[in-house]
Amino acid sequence: MLEVLSGFVGELRAAGLPVSLAESIDAADAIRHVPLEDREALKYTLAATLVKSSTHWRAFETAFEVYFSMRGDEFSIEGTAQNLSPLELQELRQSGRGAMSSGGLPAGGAGGEALSAEELAEMIFRAMRSGGDAELTAAARYAVARYAGMEAGRPVGGTYYLYRTLRNLDLERLAERLVEAAREDAPSGRFTTLEARMAAEEAQARIDRLRAEIESEIRRRLVADRGAEALARSLRKPLPEDIEFMHATKEELAALRRTVQPLARKLAVRLARKRRHGRRGPLDFRATMRRSLSTGGVPVYPRYRFPRPAKPELVVIADISGSVAAFARFTLHLVHAISTQFSKVRSFVFVDGIDEVTGFFEGSEDVAEAIANVNTRADVIWVDGHSDYGHALKVFMERWGEEVSSRSSVLILGDARNNYHASEAWVLKELRSRARHLHWLNPEPSAYWDSGDSIVGEYALYCDSVVECRTLRQLERFVADLA
Amino acid sequence: MKPDRTERRHADAGGPPAVDPMGFFDPGPPRFGSITDVNERLAGAGYLADEGMSSVVYLADRLVKPVLVEGPAGTGKTELAKSVARITGSRLVRLQCYEGLDESKALYEWNYSKQLLRIQAEQVLEENRGWEEIEEDIFGEGFLLARPLLEAIRSVEPVVLLVDEVDRVELETEALLLEVLSEYQVSIPELGTIRATSLPMVFLTSNNTRELSEALKRRCLYLHLDYPSIERERAIVLARVPGISHELADQVARIVRSLRSMELKKHPSVSETLDWARTLVLLGVDSIDAEQAGATLNILLKYRSDIERASKELAGTAGPDRS
Ligand SMILES: Nc1ncnc2c1ncn2[C@@H]1O[C@H](COP(=O)(O)OP(=O)(O)O)[C@@H](O)[C@H]1O
Ligand SMILES: [Mg+2]
Repeated sequence: MLEVLSGFVGELRAAGLPVSLAESIDAADAIRHVPLEDREALKYTLAATLVKSSTHWRAFETAFEVYFSMRGDEFSIEGTAQNLSPLELQELRQSGRGAMSSGGLPAGGAGGEALSAEELAEMIFRAMRSGGDAELTAAARYAVARYAGMEAGRPVGGTYYLYRTLRNLDLERLAERLVEAAREDAPSGRFTTLEARMAAEEAQARIDRLRAEIESEIRRRLVADRGAEALARSLRKPLPEDIEFMHATKEELAALRRTVQPLARKLAVRLARKRRHGRRGPLDFRATMRRSLSTGGVPVYPRYRFPRPAKPELVVIADISGSVAAFARFTLHLVHAISTQFSKVRSFVFVDGIDEVTGFFEGSEDVAEAIANVNTRADVIWVDGHSDYGHALKVFMERWGEEVSSRSSVLILGDARNNYHASEAWVLKELRSRARHLHWLNPEPSAYWDSGDSIVGEYALYCDSVVECRTLRQLERFVADLA
Repeated sequence: MKPDRTERRHADAGGPPAVDPMGFFDPGPPRFGSITDVNERLAGAGYLADEGMSSVVYLADRLVKPVLVEGPAGTGKTELAKSVARITGSRLVRLQCYEGLDESKALYEWNYSKQLLRIQAEQVLEENRGWEEIEEDIFGEGFLLARPLLEAIRSVEPVVLLVDEVDRVELETEALLLEVLSEYQVSIPELGTIRATSLPMVFLTSNNTRELSEALKRRCLYLHLDYPSIERERAIVLARVPGISHELADQVARIVRSLRSMELKKHPSVSETLDWARTLVLLGVDSIDAEQAGATLNILLKYRSDIERASKELAGTAGPDRS
């Protein structure tokens, strides 16, 4: 057990969780107190000692499933219904009874193959309808045995097998049937639109559970085939704060969206505190002398003036074209969510044309909604909708340049991929001389800067700094230093 | 020479210290028989926990570790600590955190005015005692104001210590907490070290408005409390709302789940679910329709725009949004 545990801790660390030595010792100590056959208890015990942030839960769950899924001889990648426990078989028989002429499952042998597709579908439907955990698990295992077509040593990922299984199950039809069943169950005339909505959600929840069970079953078999370590490595995903903006999948973007709001809230609290406590104003000479009277005229206790926290004014100029759009959205979200930390935040977005979007944020208590408006309503296309930094900057200078003052910190967001247009870098020189600070945030890895049509180097000449900002973690660090 | 007050204190406290010389804590007799036992007894006190919560409570007792409970407001963090106190027959000692909370409010404080009075009394009575004697007197326990942390440590009866909303205190105060929770002892320069004779169970809650220090997290068992599953929420409603029917409780839980799946600024918490269910019972509703739901949504949702959006969706005039 301790060996498995240390492999598991290694995997958590590899996935980015900061597990300390003390915590891994705690975990080893803690599992002595729970019955090992109780997987749920084991899971929560390990979680309580090793995972100290809710954003790390997903990574933990995946690793746990791989390392502590049921192992043993009875498990193999090509397993069939024979692998079901007697209890599960019983469940299956009961739920499937009506569907099968023979009144029971074929005794072992070819397992899933002995059922017709219709019979299996019927069995799954019944399992889903009753909603019992054991039946659902059994149905999932059966479906995998029949449809996934898993083969030992085949170098394909779990998603491939998942796809193959789901393709055969017609989940949409299943959801419809579940809603129909709910309608039939309702007392006559009581199936309101509200009820229909609830029934649809319940059906979806059950289907999500079936899907998760199928995924688990596939993973269990893959563990049997490849070993936990290799499988865990192939399933490893970055933590939300380490997801790269430029390459995030749709699902990862959703995870990022969920992370950015709490992060902004924490950042705001931290900055507000820093402003209140951390800063010390200049020496207050008179107060120091007055105080020194009690120490015989020796200024033992210097007094300071109250700090005057001059909040900077922020001007954000963001490229919102194609691949950098996500980065711009998260940055705008973050700075507007902490806008009380600045005396003012003004935002401009561009592709080849440029538009001010400050108003979208001011009228709205909901930053996410404002961002959605930016995407649909800002007027940023001038010619062809390919980034033209030079033109956008020139127009910015003409229309708003005067308003940039020595209180402003200017942030430019983008990859500086200019499609071989003119750079108009003189605009930055001009901005630099007016503004307090000028920073450039680039979501590309610094290794790619100035390759191809990236001309960030040309602009960098006039910036206080050019900062690589590929992840939320990097972005947070930058913004915290700025305010 | 000053008397060694540490010694004296030990003699007073009696009983073996709970810490062995190596610094391991003796958990003492178990408070619970098993994880299931925790779960059942909590349910008996009207608190519905899931397996994760029960496991962590069970371990906290066996490992003598504080539990850090984190999660959105109104998910039962505070209530968990209270319920554990109830089922273990312990007294609940609560330290409510706020910004600016310091040692004198968390740990202890000398009762200055009483000390001053004592000194004045000395002069009036002209007892002519030496300063050493007076000092020893006024820095005795009779002049000490114990705040929650000290109170929990030195209690002889069993105690559950609840440090509520710990994310509100400054880092320095957090460090102080950590010190007390790592040693289960409090050092008072004038009085010596006071050790816990029986170790309290400790719960810290956080609404996650601030990242807590790594050191504190490392010391604690971590429990993330999210909104309950639909089954658990239904059970909570049934346990906490007198006179509600199974059908209505089920509907309430399902509608609340539906609201939580919408993209809203603030999702309803468990306490809001309960408020809503109580209102429905008072109104004599036995089955909710979209109209009634819409009319009472202001109990569940706090923002105007959330209420509008949710009533539209529940009435079926907007398609369900899948984000
Ligand atoms: N698991 C539960 N079982 C019973 N009641 C609960 C549960 N969770 C929350 N509640 C109810 O919700 C209310 C709010 O819980 P509370 O502990 O104050 O939330 P938090 O401290 O997380 O903000 C409590 O008064 C309690 O009635
Ligand atoms: Mg609370």
